[in-house]
Amino acid sequence: MATANKDRSMELQKQMIADHYKRLEAAPETGEPVVYTFVPGNLTELIRSFDALPLLPEINALQSGMRGKSGEFVVAAEKMGHSEDVCTYVKCDIGMAKSGNVGPTGTRLPKPDLLLLSYTGCYTFMKWFELLREEYKCPTVFLHVPYQGDGSLAPEHREYFVKQLKESVIPALEKVTGRKYDEERLRASLRLSAKSEDDLVAVLHSAKKKPSPIDAYFGAVYYVGPIFSAFRGTAEGSEYYRSLRAEVEERAAAGLGPVTPEGPLDDQKYRLVVEGPPNWTHFREFWKMFSDEKAVVVASTYTKVGGTYDFGFRHDPDDPLGTLADYCGGCYTNLNIPSRIDMLVKYIQEYEADGFLINSVKSCNSFSAGQLLMLREVEQRTGCPGAFIESDLVDPRYFSAANIRNRLESYLQMIDARRAERVR
Amino acid sequence: MISRAGIVDWALGIFEDLEFGAARAWLAEGPGRKACGYLPVYAPREVVHASGMLAVGIHGGGDRLEIIKGDAFYQSYICHLPRSVIELAQTGRLDFLSAMLFPSTCDVIRNLSGMWQVLYPDVYVRYLELPQVQDQATGGAFWEGELRLLLRELGRVSGRPADDASLAESIALYNTARGLIRELYRMRREAPWTVPTEELYLLMRAGEGVPVETFIEKARAYMSAVEAEPGQRKDRSRVIVVGAFCEQPPLGLIKTIERAGCYVVDDDFLLGNRFLDTDVSTDNDPVRALAGGFLRHAVSSSIMFEPDPEGKRNLMRQRVQAARADGVIFAAPSFCDPALLDRAMLRAGAEADGIPCIAFKYAENSAQFQQFREQAGTFADSMKLWGDS
Ligand code: SF4
Ligand code: SF4
Repeated sequence: MATANKDRSMELQKQMIADHYKRLEAAPETGEPVVYTFVPGNLTELIRSFDALPLLPEINALQSGMRGKSGEFVVAAEKMGHSEDVCTYVKCDIGMAKSGNVGPTGTRLPKPDLLLLSYTGCYTFMKWFELLREEYKCPTVFLHVPYQGDGSLAPEHREYFVKQLKESVIPALEKVTGRKYDEERLRASLRLSAKSEDDLVAVLHSAKKKPSPIDAYFGAVYYVGPIFSAFRGTAEGSEYYRSLRAEVEERAAAGLGPVTPEGPLDDQKYRLVVEGPPNWTHFREFWKMFSDEKAVVVASTYTKVGGTYDFGFRHDPDDPLGTLADYCGGCYTNLNIPSRIDMLVKYIQEYEADGFLINSVKSCNSFSAGQLLMLREVEQRTGCPGAFIESDLVDPRYFSAANIRNRLESYLQMIDARRAERVR
Repeated sequence: MISRAGIVDWALGIFEDLEFGAARAWLAEGPGRKACGYLPVYAPREVVHASGMLAVGIHGGGDRLEIIKGDAFYQSYICHLPRSVIELAQTGRLDFLSAMLFPSTCDVIRNLSGMWQVLYPDVYVRYLELPQVQDQATGGAFWEGELRLLLRELGRVSGRPADDASLAESIALYNTARGLIRELYRMRREAPWTVPTEELYLLMRAGEGVPVETFIEKARAYMSAVEAEPGQRKDRSRVIVVGAFCEQPPLGLIKTIERAGCYVVDDDFLLGNRFLDTDVSTDNDPVRALAGGFLRHAVSSSIMFEPDPEGKRNLMRQRVQAARADGVIFAAPSFCDPALLDRAMLRAGAEADGIPCIAFKYAENSAQFQQFREQAGTFADSMKLWGDS
């Protein structure tokens, strides 16, 4: 049964996260080393190959947003002197650290043994860990991932990346964990990653079907959760993606749509592509606005910040360090604006979307700077008008439900009008 | 001898000319000449110069440009600089540029490089990834490779590819310019009444829009004029201004700070022109020397990773001591993540060291200075009181 399968993948994910946070909480006693790092371009397989536990501050921030805690954390950070203008993920994290460092699942978060700073696709990450380094007084290792300014990762950039892994990142991990680098272990993990990536891509591609069995934005943020965070390359991660794929394929075969917080969305009136991260503080309300209108998202760019697997990239166990370079270099916000435009155009065409929408978040220059030009270009190239809405990631003060609902409704009415014209 | 006022007027003319007349005039002087723009903060202008092109700093439109088209490209919560740069471009004011360099200053400038690729496909666009890894073998080799690539590509654009000799010559010229800038900053530090920041800033700003040879000539003339007309000492507090390394404050704001009773004795305005703080060697391989110069001598700033865990905490104390300043004015552009996130660390370090600080935000087109005047005035007075007590 589709529902039973769905429950299984959801249950699996819940369990994996709960176990992981418990292990993190116990780390000061068990002695498991903890490495803080970021989602885009994370080196989970490498970290895990040293038996260290990854902890991702962005995930804590977004989870705090979903659980209604982020507002107070952001305000706490502003009271400490952080500007109201800067990225709210950073402020949410700092506010949380200063308020006892209790994580989203209610467990206390351990201090990092190492800050692994890789700033794929965003310079704010660099400031974030400079700030955390002051807080935790722990070692920081920097991994400079060059941007794809020309639309691809140049061979010299790949070489530069691998050199840094060998010369600084691996030695730093060896030092804090007391273990030697084990390439065979890394390869085994990368093999599992590639398998999960196949499964995830099958899930994402299923949205080409009508009706789409998934929501590729609101639903898919759950689907990418394990692979973007601590579980890529792990046995439990692999099992999660195997069951998720089975569940989605079953739903697709039965001609069913995704299950939204408001129930199943089988009767789909609009197929949309979305650019930009979601708002987390009103996530369900935001999703409901779409499902109320019977709008399903068939592809999104946000779900590619932790890897652009649907364009063919797979971790390659035969080139364990080089593949990490390719992975990091190819994360969505590390792509230049022309590549980002190409991606949206492809999504609209390949997923036969009726429209596309940009959610521009105040926090994030990496995403937002350039989105208005992207809107214009995608409109021109596809002949499909887009919608533009604004909100924030985890600052509830910037979510205006009425504005967003109005914008969405009038956009969908415009799609109706265009359809009617085509019928005439 | 040219008078101080004459040089300042010349610089003001260049600064205020949003049509980039000086650069256009240079282009018109010789057939086939080309110009290359660069965004803040640091671009290797030696490479542009050696490729036979004029390097032109694009620092936005300040408070003299009405934004009509630029706002259609940027949301309200993005700093002002890119919208005025787009405005300049969309109104044809940058159509004399054959190439544009976008250094890895922040995500906004990074994304602007891609926007340029879309909007101006005939212009050579290069995103310049500065090396964040500071050892020679890794970061140095990377940056050297980037510089070699840039040299090759700019050579193609200009039709006058550089060789080692021409690059060494360009490096020598920029060493001279950097030396003069260091000297001007020293003079201001030693006797700030002789080199008002308003004048120094205009001279620096003009230097971004004219050939480096012209800048050198004017800077020397200015120094002679200062000797001849040193100006009058006033009783003011000595401050450093921190955070204005990219989007520039309006000139009115710089004047306001000084007129409110402060001598600016160090700042990070137009920081790119002194990012390398010592001469670059012209012996041996000039590309390697330029790359090495960046790694060894790049100043501490918000756009580079700070490898020293205590670096941010100590930076204000070091700069205040070096400039013998009484306090710090944190002045950052609104919505500037690098400056504003750094501010928290820098200010905490300064305050822990008992250094008086104030902080405000501006936009390049801020027009009301009353609030800044009051804040800076009270600050200057309070520093005098503390200093006397
Ligand atoms: S600016 Fe954007 S990418 Fe960077 S940390 Fe904030 S939300 Fe993440
Ligand atoms: S002012 Fe700040 S945010 Fe704006 S472009 Fe410059 S560095 Fe980036």
